[in-house]
Amino acid sequence: MPSVIIDNIEAVPGLIQRLYTISERHLLDGILSSIDNSVMRTKRQLITIYKLVALISENLLCRQTVKRPPIKIQGQRRAFSITSPLNQELRPPTEKDEELSVDALGRPTKKTNLYTAINQAMDIALATDPKALLFGEDVAFGGVFRCSTGLREKHGADRVFNTPLCEQGIAGFAIGVAAQGHTAIAEIQFADYIFPAFDQIVNEAAKYRYRSGNQFDVGGLTFRAPYGAVGHGGLYHSQSPEAYFCHTPGLKVVVPRSPVQAKGLLLASIRDPNPVIFLEPKWLYRSSIEEVPIEDYEIPLGEAEVIRNGEHVTIVGWGAQLLVLEQAIQMAEEKLGITCELIDMKTLLPLDIDTVVKSVKKTGKLLISHEAPKTGGLAGEIACAVQERAFLHLEAPIKRVTGYDTPFPLVFERFYFPDALKNYEAIKELIEY
Amino acid sequence: MLRGLRLSQPFLQRSSVPVNSFNRLRVVNHVKSGISHRCKSTEKVLAYPGEKSVFDDKLEFHSTKEILPTYRIMNEDGIIINSEEDPKLDRDTVVKMYRHMVSLNAMDNVLYDVQRQGRISFYMTNYGEEATHLGSAAALKPEDTIFAQYREAGVFLWRGFSLDDFMNQCQSNSLDYGKGRQMPVHYGSRRLNIQTISSPLATQIPQATGSAYAQKMTKSGNCTVCYFGEGAASEGDFHAAINFAATLETPSIFFCRNNRWAISTPSTEQYRGDGIAGRGVSYGLKTIRVDGNDIFAVYNATKAARKIAVEDNQPVMIEAMTYRVSHHSTSDDSTRYRTLSEIEQWKIKHDPVKRLYNYLLSKGWWSEEMETTSRTEARKEVLSALKRAEAQKKPSPDECFNDVYDELTPQLIQQRQEMREHVKKYPQNYPIDQHLV
Ligand SMILES: Cc1ncc(C[n+]2csc(CCOP(=O)(O)OP(=O)(O)O)c2C)c(N)n1
Ligand SMILES: [Mg+2]
Repeated sequence: MPSVIIDNIEAVPGLIQRLYTISERHLLDGILSSIDNSVMRTKRQLITIYKLVALISENLLCRQTVKRPPIKIQGQRRAFSITSPLNQELRPPTEKDEELSVDALGRPTKKTNLYTAINQAMDIALATDPKALLFGEDVAFGGVFRCSTGLREKHGADRVFNTPLCEQGIAGFAIGVAAQGHTAIAEIQFADYIFPAFDQIVNEAAKYRYRSGNQFDVGGLTFRAPYGAVGHGGLYHSQSPEAYFCHTPGLKVVVPRSPVQAKGLLLASIRDPNPVIFLEPKWLYRSSIEEVPIEDYEIPLGEAEVIRNGEHVTIVGWGAQLLVLEQAIQMAEEKLGITCELIDMKTLLPLDIDTVVKSVKKTGKLLISHEAPKTGGLAGEIACAVQERAFLHLEAPIKRVTGYDTPFPLVFERFYFPDALKNYEAIKELIEY
Repeated sequence: MLRGLRLSQPFLQRSSVPVNSFNRLRVVNHVKSGISHRCKSTEKVLAYPGEKSVFDDKLEFHSTKEILPTYRIMNEDGIIINSEEDPKLDRDTVVKMYRHMVSLNAMDNVLYDVQRQGRISFYMTNYGEEATHLGSAAALKPEDTIFAQYREAGVFLWRGFSLDDFMNQCQSNSLDYGKGRQMPVHYGSRRLNIQTISSPLATQIPQATGSAYAQKMTKSGNCTVCYFGEGAASEGDFHAAINFAATLETPSIFFCRNNRWAISTPSTEQYRGDGIAGRGVSYGLKTIRVDGNDIFAVYNATKAARKIAVEDNQPVMIEAMTYRVSHHSTSDDSTRYRTLSEIEQWKIKHDPVKRLYNYLLSKGWWSEEMETTSRTEARKEVLSALKRAEAQKKPSPDECFNDVYDELTPQLIQQRQEMREHVKKYPQNYPIDQHLV
């Protein structure tokens, strides 16, 4: 049996490529024996080789992995601006926004910001479902973020109404409404204030179907709540509580990244036969504007989306954090000469791990980023689920760029926030690993 | 019905509480249910925890029959309408109350504008509710613990929270006791016995009950006073709090600022029945409703409540009827949901500051000239405190990690290190020059 001795890590990609094309098993064995012989100098090189060999053995290696362009790191720091390949614009609306256009599917669209997209989704839900109700604190006059503007006038004061100031009441009431087969769209004014409702949501809504043997369910229930940083929210107007709810079988948790997504995902959430927690990125309510289809449409729950193709690193996020990640990717692509694959999870429970695993098998590297604190955050769950299924494809430890394990502090927000620079640094470390 | 129960044996006899006789002021206990003469049962009374209920063969559903009155001793023009109720506070005290109102107004004027200019991130004004703050705060002892909501700046002022203290907090600078971590108006002071304000509504109410119970255990001779809005009183925490207070007999004063609005929700959509006072009664608390814009009524009620709380270890509910003249906060435009004329009416006709001003004038303790100078002075003081606060640096970014626990965890130490290294690498991208190192 011919044996190949590898004493140089640079030789590996070429070798692998050859192996891949000619599929000569004896060469593989040679590599393995060279590993056994400990010709490779460092442990890290050994791991790299071992993983590559495993990839080939599984016949899963794709050419791209081997044909990567050499990675260049440019030293210069450059200013970067917020422009978004997600097709969102961050600016105030103008008159021109009134004009109609048509999207790729031929649907008429209009420039719409995120809170208006949510308003449209609820308007459609109320119009198409006579059993739908919309309620919460200050909902009647349009809501503190204007999401329910005009809906009371249009659909009636008995369908769009204020509740007393009591989140546990809102949640319990919503469950009762849904248990009668109605559709409840319940607003919690800030995600930070959802915790009085935690018992109703976690012990009641989430377990309603299961405990009754599917005799009863509260599938018609959707909780909407604005979440996340705004730049000046401090401890109680900035939190991202998704992980608490993702630890609750029976719920679905959804986070949109943009107006188009918000409208389609909210309509899908309202119509989904399970209780859904719909977390709205309040940072984007006004600032994010997109061409949003005027019609009624849904975006399926439980499906992540690759919103940017790339080869070198897989980056996972959701909601407003995707804009931060886009900035980081732009920097990385400019400075490091690499490409990144960006995935919007969209639904955080249940997780669409397939989409992430597929990408990680291609790139070998994974970065997950969220605003919520690191410990117990959803990044940990995603990282674990990915390594369970793609361990041998990983070429570097999975990275998390998240909020710190502290409350969300007002005056330190800039330091606390998992911003583009921190994500860029993490990408760079992954690439240099 | 209740077979097997020995109805003649009460489960629990209500302990009789000494009648409070402070200035003839009425603190309403349970409204007595009507006794029927048609009772034919051998047992006439159903003894049940708390109250005795008389058997009645008439089918009747009951609702609130009598709305609790509103205690008032000074009318809109600042005239004492019942001199027997006049607390007869001395000149210095009343002038001090008034001066604090003036300072409070000056601070609200300045900080509201400062927020509009983007120099602070947020603010909440106190207009229209000044008398509830100062009337109640003046009737307490400095040792009494206070749990507040967020619209009680006058209480802080009375206790001795300085203008510098306010400005430092709103500026999130390194002198802020809260180390800049919370939004503006979330004051707190250990020195002054005022627990730090927290945004989640009503959470402080059951905490106040626990605090009062602890005070009772140590026989401190003090009470805990808890402020909250009529909106917050809809939260479950409120109900838990007053039920705990009633059953555990705590030296508590629950002070509701009923200002008619909770952001855009009017009190008519917040509750039915006899308001927050009605709940106090039904949970078994000694309760009074007062005209919150009559500073002396608020003072008398709080003073009497304190006596009951401290001497009898009984919780008291005060519902102070007032009006939120301000927008809810700097994030709110209240003309979207209420008429200007409604606001104007309260501002002009029921203004608590004007009322005390008229009182002072009638006593000869104040003059138009003093008014002008004190307002100018107050504004000046606020502005100079603001200037000092603005000149201060923000706290060190390291403070992001402190106080999560008593000491840093290994994770926090590592994260702090990561942050330091990152910021060192990109100093231009972080506002380090605004912060202490
Ligand atoms: C648990 C919780 N839910 C919602 C909010 C948002 N919120 C802040 S203030 C407020 C209205 C409070 O009204 P009220 O208690 O009457 O006090 P006021 O503002 O009138 O002084 C609401 C709904 C909150 N801070 N906490
Ligand atoms: Mg109120």
